[in-house]
Amino acid sequence: MSTRLAQGGRLIDRSRQVSFTFDGKTFRGHPGDTLASALLAGGQVVMGRSFKYHRPRGAVAYGVEEPNALVNLGEEGRFEPDTRATTQEIFDGLVAESQNRWPSLDWDIGAVNSLFARFLPAGFYYKMFIHPRAAWKHLFEPFIRRSAGLGRAPRARDADRYEHFYAHVDVVIAGGGVAGLAAALAAGRSGKRVLLVEQSGHWGGRAVVDGARIDGKEAADWVADAVAALDAMPNVTLRTRAMAAGVYDHGYVLVHERLTDHLADKSGLRQRLWRVRAGRIINAAGALERPLSFAGNDVPGVMLASAMRDYLVNHAISPGDRTVIVTNNDDAYRTALALHEAGLIVPAVLDARPVADGELPERARAAGIRVETGRAVVRVKGRSHVTGVEVGLHVGEGSVLEEIACDAVAMSGGWSPVVHLWSHCGGKLNWDEAQAHFRPDPERPPLGADGTGFVRCVGASNGHLRTGDGIADAVAGAAWATGADAGKAPAGEDADEGALMPVWLMPQGAGVKLRAKMWLDYQNDVKVSDVQLAAREGYESVEHTKRYTTLGMATDQGKLSNINGLAVLSGALNAAIPQVGTTTFRPPYVPYTLGAIAGSAARETFMPLRKTQMDSWHVEQGAEFEPVGLWRRPYSYPRLGETVKDSVAREILNTRKNVGILDASTLGKIIVKGPDAGRFVDMMYTNMMSNLAVGRCRYGLMCNEQGFLVDDGVVARLSEDTWLCHTTSGGADNVHAQMEEWLQTEWWDWQVYTANVTEQWGQIGVVGPNARKVLEKLGGMDVSKETLPFMHWAEGELAGFPVRIFRISFSGELSYEIAVPAGQARGLWDAILAAGAEFGMQPYGTEALHVMRAEKGFIMIGDETDGTVIPQDLGLNWAISKKKDDFIGKRGQQREHMVDPLRWKLVGLETEDGSVLPEGAYAVAPGDNANGQRNVQGRVTSTYHSPTLGRGIAMGLVERGPDRMGEMLEFGAGADPVRAKIVDPVFYDKAGEKQDG
Amino acid sequence: MLILTCPNCGIAAEETELSPGGEAHLHRHGPGSSDGEFEEYLFLKENPRGVHFERWRHSHGCGKWFHAARDTATLQVFGTYSAQTTEPPQHIRDAITAARPGWRWRDFS
Ligand SMILES: [Zn+2]
Repeated sequence: MSTRLAQGGRLIDRSRQVSFTFDGKTFRGHPGDTLASALLAGGQVVMGRSFKYHRPRGAVAYGVEEPNALVNLGEEGRFEPDTRATTQEIFDGLVAESQNRWPSLDWDIGAVNSLFARFLPAGFYYKMFIHPRAAWKHLFEPFIRRSAGLGRAPRARDADRYEHFYAHVDVVIAGGGVAGLAAALAAGRSGKRVLLVEQSGHWGGRAVVDGARIDGKEAADWVADAVAALDAMPNVTLRTRAMAAGVYDHGYVLVHERLTDHLADKSGLRQRLWRVRAGRIINAAGALERPLSFAGNDVPGVMLASAMRDYLVNHAISPGDRTVIVTNNDDAYRTALALHEAGLIVPAVLDARPVADGELPERARAAGIRVETGRAVVRVKGRSHVTGVEVGLHVGEGSVLEEIACDAVAMSGGWSPVVHLWSHCGGKLNWDEAQAHFRPDPERPPLGADGTGFVRCVGASNGHLRTGDGIADAVAGAAWATGADAGKAPAGEDADEGALMPVWLMPQGAGVKLRAKMWLDYQNDVKVSDVQLAAREGYESVEHTKRYTTLGMATDQGKLSNINGLAVLSGALNAAIPQVGTTTFRPPYVPYTLGAIAGSAARETFMPLRKTQMDSWHVEQGAEFEPVGLWRRPYSYPRLGETVKDSVAREILNTRKNVGILDASTLGKIIVKGPDAGRFVDMMYTNMMSNLAVGRCRYGLMCNEQGFLVDDGVVARLSEDTWLCHTTSGGADNVHAQMEEWLQTEWWDWQVYTANVTEQWGQIGVVGPNARKVLEKLGGMDVSKETLPFMHWAEGELAGFPVRIFRISFSGELSYEIAVPAGQARGLWDAILAAGAEFGMQPYGTEALHVMRAEKGFIMIGDETDGTVIPQDLGLNWAISKKKDDFIGKRGQQREHMVDPLRWKLVGLETEDGSVLPEGAYAVAPGDNANGQRNVQGRVTSTYHSPTLGRGIAMGLVERGPDRMGEMLEFGAGADPVRAKIVDPVFYDKAGEKQDG
Repeated sequence: MLILTCPNCGIAAEETELSPGGEAHLHRHGPGSSDGEFEEYLFLKENPRGVHFERWRHSHGCGKWFHAARDTATLQVFGTYSAQTTEPPQHIRDAITAARPGWRWRDFS
């Protein structure tokens, strides 16, 4: 069992205690502890269970690479699953619970999966999906659902705040180990703007744990001096708990900074996402130790050798009284020496190499530690905790020579440089035969806008594992990044190391039984035998093998497993590792929260909200709103006791009988002006606009170059060289952008200006038989039929307000649309309401507007159109000029399919029983199509209950519809199809007498 | 995320400020064109791995269109230039030649 030693622990503050709970049980640790170190101090080695077999698991690593020790952290609005216990710092009141266990961590029903491991091989899900549906539904799925799954998804809304932060720097340095610090010192002295980020809460990386010396000082002292020097440089910014997550095109770097995750006080900003633009990027992210593949390498108590050293040196954690070391390199001897110096027992170092005579092995021997070369762990004994190891020849097949009792096993399979940031934007790797790892190929870096490399790896991430080499490499990297002389590199000293021997299978002749207990990917339960099976089944590409076996696809993204898995695959394929290739490294280096990605774009600031000048009045009336573009518009104004359906009907009937008032301010308004403006509007609209007389209005259609209808609205000619183009509320920005595109990129010699003045004007619709009476009462302008007839406009003063009045109608009623400078819109609105009271004026919303336009058979962009509909489909041929040689869309509308007589065209639809047709319903036709689906001959585009007619009305597109008036169609293919008759789409005032009134 | 310098306002704009506009130097075919010409104009776009000419709009900036010449594989930018031209200017072609000798794009080289 693990415990806390009485002495040591460079990061912990023993004078204070921190209390937290794990699975409901109270634990105590010290400030400086991570959740993992504090649990180990409390003897809690098992921290979770694996995903597939629910095997008990403890922390195998010390940092972000941890695959096992994942917990649900926090409660309610601060609940977060899959939090790594190895990186979560403890604070008073922290609440954590283990994952993947049911009903408890000690006794887990899913562990029965382990017994059936033979039946859950690689590609299990893949193979099961092809079984009969019934077996899947009743047998496999319920079983898998109950027993699998990582942490729970949070239920409560996130209680925290996040932000994005933009930074522009010359050099970003990722990693605050001694290489990163040395690079920052050199780069900082050049005067360039430098950002140095370290993912953990501490500077110095491995060197301070492993006892290196730099410039004659203890590494820890050199690091403290370096940080102080950097702090004093105004051009250098330092951040801990800040992880460089990804490198993207042209020097874009995302850094995830954790501000309160380690604190009990959660009141501040929780996390910050830095959006950095960097000239050059130095990756000093270090290297990760690899596990060795021996049977039982996942039993709690088996740990990476470096991680065990970290827990011991940083937190005074004893992994147990007796620890066996198993290695293929010299570095792991540091763990043996550290344990020995702490007074713990190292019964043996099992070294797979035939000879181990480097400085570190010799020191171990001198300390009296038993060193056995050419030896392997055949099998780890124990289930929920290590009880011993069986030892055999590494070159053998697994015969047991000896059993050694122990509580823990420290393993080291060598080191893999952390090259993620190099690879995200396309940097390539070479296989380093001597060190058995991939390292950056300096000849093939990721390229920036100027065609040169913009990322460089330094130190251990560049394959320089020795302190002195790494620091020298980092200083050279700083010279590259700044273009300045970096000066002399600090001198680093550490123990000399002998050569590593690659070991991908231990012992190398292990049979199938042992291989089925060698874990590669701990979190997803992928074993050596699974990768070998995939290879036998023909998965030769590493990317395919990864997906088939799920190797490296868990939350740790294969940080520990990818190289070992690749090596096993290359062995099974009998190909060299570089020939098999690597998987793609994708951002982020460590997963981070959706909250940080959203930043402040959450809740009411998720997106902009446009409000009209009358918005507060709508709120006071208790309006129901709907979004239109980024605007919000009143949908209806229900009164006390009224449903929205009731209020829509009331608004329509009142408008048709008395008078309604509509806030139409959101309507798009674009000014087109200049000597060539007439020529230009003729190109933009399908109909002729250049011959529109000043003072007149005309309904117009805009298409795209393919001929499809994209927007519509009324155009008014304001003066000899000025047109005002009204667009749909949602379409104003796009229409304006399209106008600019044509003017800037095709007809740049035309003299035309455009301006989107949508927000400069309020617009108020006064609609209904009493509309004229209201305006006459307000006074100031002659609004008679003679002076201001239908489809005319006039400028003047109405009740003292400067206005333009347009005689246009979208309802079929007598209608005036009054434009007024936005700042005066609310004043005019109030004046109209006051004047309208005696004439029965009531406001109406967008739903009443939609129903009334449908009663009149007017089309709505987005209802009758969907990007595949041309004006000719909608009976709008009258609005398409035959005189013009050209307009946007004319050529497109001449294509064969557009003139097909079988096209679906606009008609009205009336159900037999007066009911409302379902939205989007299809009219069925006899027979089936080639896919065995029922043939169709039309569909509903708009459908409403018409209070005016007291029945359902609908519009739809039907094959040869206008030629089939009176025919009955069936909508829906179920048992109860709805029958509807094809009719004229104009249901109300077909002669148009009311709007002309 | 690309950075392109808008030749209209001089700002080195990040991709989030820009809107892509597809292939540059298209010849518009309107009424009177053959089906083949119209298809070519609307649908048959260059999509090379390597040197490419594109239209971009500085939509969250000055609002103006411009042209960019860049390598779609390495993301090297050879230059940006006015939208009011039917072919890449000589200094842009020279910049491409310096980095990609023997390049060819449609009829330009
Ligand atoms: Zn610009």
